[in-house]
Amino acid sequence: METLIQQFINGLVIGSVYALIALGYTMVYGILGLINFAHGDVLMVGALVALQTMMFLMGIAPGMSPLVMLAIALAVAMVICMLLGFTMERLAYRRLRNAPRLAPLITAIGVSFLLQTLAMIIWGRNYHTFPQLIPTTPLQPIPGVFVTPVQITIVVVSALLMSGLLLLVNRTRIGRAMRATAENHRVASLMGVDTNAVIALTFVIGAALAAVAGVMFASNYGIAHYGMGFMPGLKAFTAAVLGGIGNLGGAMLGGVVLGLVESFGAGYIEHLTFGFLNSSYQDIFAFIILGLVLIFRPTGLLGERVSDRA
Amino acid sequence: MHTEQGSPLLRLQGLKIAYGGIQAVKGIDLELRAGETVCLIGANGAGKTTTLNAIAGVLPIAGGDIEYRGERINALPAHRRLRAGIALVPEGRGIFTRLTVEENLRMGAYSRNDAAAIEADLERVYTMLPRVKERLPQVAGTLSGGEQQMVAIGRALLSRPRLLLLDEPSMGLAPLVVEKIFEVVQSVAREGVTILLVEQNANLALEFAQRGYVMESGRITLTGTGGALLQDPKVRAAYLGEDA
Ligand SMILES: Nc1ncnc2c1ncn2[C@@H]1O[C@H](COP(=O)(O)OP(=O)(O)OP(=O)(O)O)[C@@H](O)[C@H]1O
Ligand SMILES: [Mg+2]
Repeated sequence: METLIQQFINGLVIGSVYALIALGYTMVYGILGLINFAHGDVLMVGALVALQTMMFLMGIAPGMSPLVMLAIALAVAMVICMLLGFTMERLAYRRLRNAPRLAPLITAIGVSFLLQTLAMIIWGRNYHTFPQLIPTTPLQPIPGVFVTPVQITIVVVSALLMSGLLLLVNRTRIGRAMRATAENHRVASLMGVDTNAVIALTFVIGAALAAVAGVMFASNYGIAHYGMGFMPGLKAFTAAVLGGIGNLGGAMLGGVVLGLVESFGAGYIEHLTFGFLNSSYQDIFAFIILGLVLIFRPTGLLGERVSDRA
Repeated sequence: MHTEQGSPLLRLQGLKIAYGGIQAVKGIDLELRAGETVCLIGANGAGKTTTLNAIAGVLPIAGGDIEYRGERINALPAHRRLRAGIALVPEGRGIFTRLTVEENLRMGAYSRNDAAAIEADLERVYTMLPRVKERLPQVAGTLSGGEQQMVAIGRALLSRPRLLLLDEPSMGLAPLVVEKIFEVVQSVAREGVTILLVEQNANLALEFAQRGYVMESGRITLTGTGGALLQDPKVRAAYLGEDA
């Protein structure tokens, strides 16, 4: 029983991170029909910028409280990633808006390589230790079940950000304009919506969420490096497809479900394969799920028809 | 509402519009004075929708000029034209099917900041279109064609247009619904809103409008008062299904 609860908690934590990243994929897809494969690398930039900021703060103000330091680092990472998201859209994707679908997709892969290479030049190839500014000593709410304050923070912050996003999209004027633009750019512009600005905003919001996810990811595992965005990016994309790409609730659900499947899967993979594979193979679950969804339910759990999207 | 009778509100001069290399509108002149109701009729593929889309700014032009209130607006993006008072009810209605009816209407007021006046205008639209009011929380994609057309018109009115462009509002609708829609448009016109109406139904359009233009494969071939065009033998032959 303790093992089950423990796996549930671990799955929920990593699933929250996947969900935050998946939102960026799904929002951009919803409004442009583009799969922004460079989105995972925005997370990496967020983590490394936060790391750099922390090092700098530790140098100039060694006595600063860890939480304040983390908050500043997070804010800087978000701002840089928002600028990055804006620039990406403006320079790479906007001019391809009416190009055949393959062109923006290949461009996105190119942007991803570009970001990784730039990060490698700036921060090197090494794994960096990411300062764990939130205590990592586990609490034991139930005997045998361990939860770290980092994990609690991740779940709470994710839940807050996701609620905020849902409110923004469903309850505000700008959110209504985002949904209208996602459905029909031309008619949205006839309503007085500056659709270019709305699309840019979508990239910026996605990038901000990715920055937070990157800091969480690095805080949870205690490391950061230039290639760290690839795997969570790919998994979050899987989560977005699982939930129904283009659908916000779907991305959240898909992220959490994927996190749970991975966590439980990692626990049982040795039994399932009679000891042939161990828990270090947990990554295969994401891709088994991606395959199954694409075969049996291409619209995802909460998805509607995707084919007629702009 | 105050109208500036006489001065041209909109003037098209030698307007050309092309899709790729193919010219769909081949240099047309058209003028609307403030407060007028004018119709543009013509066969399928004549270029009527293309012309309205270019006036609203969702289609680039290939030559000529669009002048609105004395200023050239050739390169003004669509969202700024709406703010300047040009509203288009597009062909096929352009309803946001995944938004609710109320959200669709509020999209019409997107560019406005006068919250209290928006609520008042919403109430006016509700009294004008009681069927719409009953369906506010409904997802707009589930409305009937006639209801969608009413939402599309109500939505355009919420931007408080000076110039209302209507692209075949009667398309695919039963005669009673068409009548209702034209009553609404008539009352809008009476408030001083300038109207440019595109219609397949030439009879209806020419009876409604003070003046009309006839368009044939990208050119304007005839213009005159609604009554004169209704009597014109060529118009009667081509658009009213009579023998010449
Ligand atoms: N997106 C497009 N791409 C290429 N050609 C187009 C496009 N839209 C319209 N056309 C062409 O431009 C010409 C004018 O079309 P338009 O839709 O303006 O006609 P219309 O007068 O509105 O006709 P209808 O009464 O059928 O609505 C037609 O020959 C049409 O085939
Ligand atoms: Mg047409």
